[in-house]
Amino acid sequence: MLDTPVRHREGPNSRTGRAFRARLVAAVLVLLSLGLVTVYFRESSDGGLHTAQRIGVSVLMPFEVAGERVARPFRDAWGYTSDLLGAKSDNEDLREENEALRRQVIQDQTAARENDRLRELLGYVSGPEFPEGYHPVATQVVVRPPSPFRQEVVVAAGRSDGIRVDDPVVTDEGLVGIVTEVAPGGAKVRLITDQEVAVSAVVLSSNAAGMVTHGATANSLILDRVGKDALVNEKDLVVTAGWRTSNFESSYPRGIAIGTVKSVGQTDVDLYKRIQITPLVDFDSLSSVIVLTGDPDRERAGGATPPAKQKPKKRP
Amino acid sequence: MTALDVGKAAGLLLLGVLVQVSILEWIEVGEGRPDAVLVLVVALSLLRGPTFGAVAGFGAGLVLDIAIFEPLGLTSLLLTLAGYWSGRFGEVTTRSSAHPPLIAVALATVGVAFGSAILHFMLGLTIPASEFFLGVLLPTLALNMLLAYPLYGLCRRVLPPERRARREVSPAV
Repeated sequence: MLDTPVRHREGPNSRTGRAFRARLVAAVLVLLSLGLVTVYFRESSDGGLHTAQRIGVSVLMPFEVAGERVARPFRDAWGYTSDLLGAKSDNEDLREENEALRRQVIQDQTAARENDRLRELLGYVSGPEFPEGYHPVATQVVVRPPSPFRQEVVVAAGRSDGIRVDDPVVTDEGLVGIVTEVAPGGAKVRLITDQEVAVSAVVLSSNAAGMVTHGATANSLILDRVGKDALVNEKDLVVTAGWRTSNFESSYPRGIAIGTVKSVGQTDVDLYKRIQITPLVDFDSLSSVIVLTGDPDRERAGGATPPAKQKPKKRP
Repeated sequence: MTALDVGKAAGLLLLGVLVQVSILEWIEVGEGRPDAVLVLVVALSLLRGPTFGAVAGFGAGLVLDIAIFEPLGLTSLLLTLAGYWSGRFGEVTTRSSAHPPLIAVALATVGVAFGSAILHFMLGLTIPASEFFLGVLLPTLALNMLLAYPLYGLCRRVLPPERRARREVSPAV
């Protein structure tokens, strides 16, 4: 299939020379790739390669956005077919959830009235809470990197929209992740299901604090570092803790929903409970997100934030 | 290999990268996704040899790394090796061989998957072995093999095979 009719003979020297040239070219390109990887990881985010990549992303972004628009009907058709297969089992779960939510609404309304009364009586002044002080930037997800080792997406809004590294990213369902790279026309968002992301969180019902990290499979999460004496039940809601000390603060605002407790377990030898969480956000069909820009604490600190999971905050 | 060949290949690969990031990344079976760029690199390498394959793999990998915000050089490294190896495979494969594109794509997919796993392991990122084999490798392999003949056919139409020399084979008597 590969060969075509033979027209001439080739001498062994010519073949050897060609093979040597091919090996040489491959070796040079492999070394060049290794050099690029090494420099990329060693340089700072303002380095030459990072800057070149940002320029490249800006150049490619219009094509990617156009491609995303053209591809959307096909993707939707694929998503519809996939979702249809899981719809039957989801139906029963949703009925149960609907019932639970109805009860929750009644409880919430009661709590809200009580809260209003307390505010009036005690002159309670609430602290800075999400989403106060943040500016939402709604944008679409244009790229999902192919590697199963990384849980990241690229969105079509960047520095020109006010997005900066460490800005939290949410949807109306809950927490999505955090911005790790920013170009003028796009930004990379590391999802909370990524191996290198950890989020301080609390169980809403009991206030048990822990750290949400990636689970055993791609779209699962676990709540780690929760003491054995803490009260955690299945279906409890887990939200961001949004802690702060005099020098440090969490990158995520307080009170953003992360997921519900799927299972709770513990053994005699473990120091902490084993809590599995089902994320509220469907990361497989993530098409648009909201980036929370203009972190008020960071604005006060002068905008200096290193790209760490828990960022240090400079206060006067 | 002419400048026209290079231009055509570059166009094909650029189109492949755009299709990959805008459509194929969203088609997920298990944790596996079709890799049109890899299949294109393999197809071009089979048609034009190892040097062309290595350069095509490096270029496509670099554009893909930029498009998806990945560390520069990571995908280039894997696709350079895949391109070179596929080109060599094409050189030593004879007309009597059965389904060379299918075999080359299958082997390249497995090679790139393992290479990617090793590189990510060195960077401190791992996934369970069962998930890698059952969730990632097998679906990706199946999806890439589905793409193998259509994309090879496309490449063959755009870049018709060059006339190649017969290898001297001494009769085994």
